[in-house]
Amino acid sequence: MSESLLQFKNVSKNYYGNRVLTDINFDVKRGEIHALIGENGAGKSTLMNILFGMPVITSTGGYEGDVLIDGKVINFKSPHEAMYAGIGMVHQEFMLIPGYTITENIKINREITYPNIVSGVFGKRLETLDMVKMNNDARKALDKLDIGIDEFTMVAGLPVGHMQFVEIAREIDKTGIKILVFDEPTAVLTESEAKNLLAAVRRLADRGIGIIFISHRLDEIVNVADRVTILRDGELVVTKNIGDTDAVEIASLMVGRKVAIERVQSEKRKISDQVFLNVKDLHVAMPGEMVKGIDIEVRKGEIVGIGGLAGQGKLGIANGIMGTYPSRGDITFNGKPMKLNDPHSAIASGIGFVSEDRKGVGLLLNESIELNIAFTAMQVGNMFLKNKGPFRFQDDTGLRKHALKMIKDLDIRCESPLQHAGNLSGGNQQKVCVARALTQDPLFLFVSEPTRGIDIGAKKLILDLLLKLNEEQGMTIVMTSSELAELRSICDRIVIICEGRVEGVLPPDASDAEFGLMMSGSRIKKAEDPLEGRAPNV
Amino acid sequence: MSEINGNGNNLLQNSRSLFGNIGLPTAIIAAFWFFTLVVGHFVGISMSTLVSDTIKRAGMNGILVLAMVPAIQSGTGPNFALPIGIVCGLFGLVCSIEMDMTGMAWLLVSFAIAIPLAAFAGFIYGKLMNAVKGSEMTIATYTGFSIVALMCLAWLMIPFKNPKMGWFIGTGLRETIQLDAVGAAQILNNFLQFRIGKVIIPTGLLLTFGFFSTLVWLFFRSKSGIAISAGGINPKFAQAAGLDIDRNRVFANVISTILGAIGIIVYSQSYGYAQLYTAPLMMAFPAVAAVLIGGATASRAKVSHVIVGVVLFQGLLTTALPVANEVFVGTDLSEIMRMIIQNGIILYALTQVKRGVQ
Repeated sequence: MSESLLQFKNVSKNYYGNRVLTDINFDVKRGEIHALIGENGAGKSTLMNILFGMPVITSTGGYEGDVLIDGKVINFKSPHEAMYAGIGMVHQEFMLIPGYTITENIKINREITYPNIVSGVFGKRLETLDMVKMNNDARKALDKLDIGIDEFTMVAGLPVGHMQFVEIAREIDKTGIKILVFDEPTAVLTESEAKNLLAAVRRLADRGIGIIFISHRLDEIVNVADRVTILRDGELVVTKNIGDTDAVEIASLMVGRKVAIERVQSEKRKISDQVFLNVKDLHVAMPGEMVKGIDIEVRKGEIVGIGGLAGQGKLGIANGIMGTYPSRGDITFNGKPMKLNDPHSAIASGIGFVSEDRKGVGLLLNESIELNIAFTAMQVGNMFLKNKGPFRFQDDTGLRKHALKMIKDLDIRCESPLQHAGNLSGGNQQKVCVARALTQDPLFLFVSEPTRGIDIGAKKLILDLLLKLNEEQGMTIVMTSSELAELRSICDRIVIICEGRVEGVLPPDASDAEFGLMMSGSRIKKAEDPLEGRAPNV
Repeated sequence: MSEINGNGNNLLQNSRSLFGNIGLPTAIIAAFWFFTLVVGHFVGISMSTLVSDTIKRAGMNGILVLAMVPAIQSGTGPNFALPIGIVCGLFGLVCSIEMDMTGMAWLLVSFAIAIPLAAFAGFIYGKLMNAVKGSEMTIATYTGFSIVALMCLAWLMIPFKNPKMGWFIGTGLRETIQLDAVGAAQILNNFLQFRIGKVIIPTGLLLTFGFFSTLVWLFFRSKSGIAISAGGINPKFAQAAGLDIDRNRVFANVISTILGAIGIIVYSQSYGYAQLYTAPLMMAFPAVAAVLIGGATASRAKVSHVIVGVVLFQGLLTTALPVANEVFVGTDLSEIMRMIIQNGIILYALTQVKRGVQ
């Protein structure tokens, strides 16, 4: 027991009655690298927020269970307390000031000073900086990591790999650091940088620091970690010694099968051989969802799923093709080359888009359901308009008729077509979004995160609706979703996106392990071909 | 919504939604106006004069306030650069005098010169607004100030010859030009003017205001109008629907500037004088205040807000002036009150901007 540095005992957390963590039990030993893995929303961040006493936890009623450090129960009220107790975090995004030197960044807010005349009068805040001592400390910290960069170099202009090290150096320079959390430290690093980092992490562990290593990269975990804990849907699946498991097992445990997949395939479906949408080398600059060169072919009548972890670029694809974010590449739709960065021509060529950002992009919340349904068709397709003199007015009767039909067809639960879209429930809002896309009479439909924030009953309705559209009207659908189970329930094949590229294509009935490995971009299969590795951060 | 609420809550809900529909500033100003009217009655001010003045002032300011609607709807916020439109209107008006136009011909030629000019200026201004997204209101205010200063030079230096507008000594235009001289003072007000008891109804003026209000109302029910509104409410939505938001914003500001130009000509004829030089400097503020009092926000405005707002705001000003003079003899309190109300309302409204202007 004594070697347990950090222990989680029966930790649970509710957010407004929503259970996000249930009875988590695991411990981190001194000098151990303990990997924490799970899909997005599995509860990793919540667990770390609890450890750091983040306000988001305390302000929502705290947590149940105990967190122990060195056998003593702790209950941090703020990240500051956690810092004083010797817990540090290396963030995924760098929190460094570019215009400062490495030393200044490492020592910020913990400067070593000596008194001078002015400070004698005005107090400690005006003491002179002891640059020599500070540089020495910084040097020591950098040496521990075995990094040869000069401590007086400006942070601006350093390669990202080095910035990551400065960040780590800052944490280990804090006296009495016991536990260090790495949150996807290698996500932005090149292969060789990542290798250096992992070596440094190992050295830190050898000095007796307990390390929690959060990563999606299974091969990395297998290489560096001592033990691994897998979270899924807020529950701890298992904690295993790395020697007793392998990447394939971890992957399948991570993905799991949340709901039984019922695939109802009707006989009526027709998938032709004609390539309907041909995407070649698509790059999209969507912040947080960068697409870095994707090739996809979609055949007429198909339902193609796009899956992958958050931030890997899957959402960027539809947004790029629809012109909501800057993009480049060669796209052929329905036999004709498509103009990029022009939403109008994308819509006019017959592509409908149901955005993942329902409230932001998808709806005019304070406008009527009927206007929401008809808006795009009116503006792009000139439907629901009648000419009167110089003006073209909204055709109220036609609009109402169509809205009522849509409300009936899609079973939108509302009081009247004049009700504001913002007053509807999430599922019904989503149906309004789908209704708008359908009103344009599209040949092809992009649907992004159709069930995000919708309760389970409504989820099924939306998915059934998409399936019905495909079966009855032969609509080609590309559905992007973070929920694998949902993709597997209706798609013909699933394209997995990792780090802005296509990692692979899987049939819906592929095993959990295959999905898990692919989503985490595991490089195991590719080990024999080093050139195929990740691109350096473009 | 209502299905969730039990019966007990319904009353509260209704009263709140009634209050919500009217809006706090509107309610306060209406109550205050009513109060000054009551006080005015007791200090013996003629109600019919007050009502006549209110109607006249509402009519003459109406189109200037109307100019706020397209700008707000497009998402650029209240058009604090209204002086741009105003100087275009004034330029049209003095050119028309220079051409020796009188009466109705003067009015029409003024419009004919001012409108294309305002369209051009509004286009440039709209481009500017697109370049400074996020700080439209501040930039607009100073653009308005700058253009007024620039035109001060222009009024002095453009070699107008007509003695009706020149200084008696030296060159340049006078500060105030009497429109009597061209037979155009109150030309619209007097058209079909009639009285109800002692209350004067300036039919032509109200018809003009009504005409432009209807035009703006119709415009926002047309395809382009709906597109402009959508871009203002939710730019991301509009972009995803394939709209060119920037072009719509420019277009809306062109309309706003044209309305400003028309507005000042209508205003001047009713006032009987055209005021040049620094007079347009502060003219955007009462217009902004009026539309906000009417219930508009910095991101949403309707023609109904304009009508309610201009009547309330001008009503309060016309009433407060004589009442304050009567109650506090020998002070200039009414002017101070006008400043407090006008700027207070603008301040209140701007603090209410949630995510309106992005």
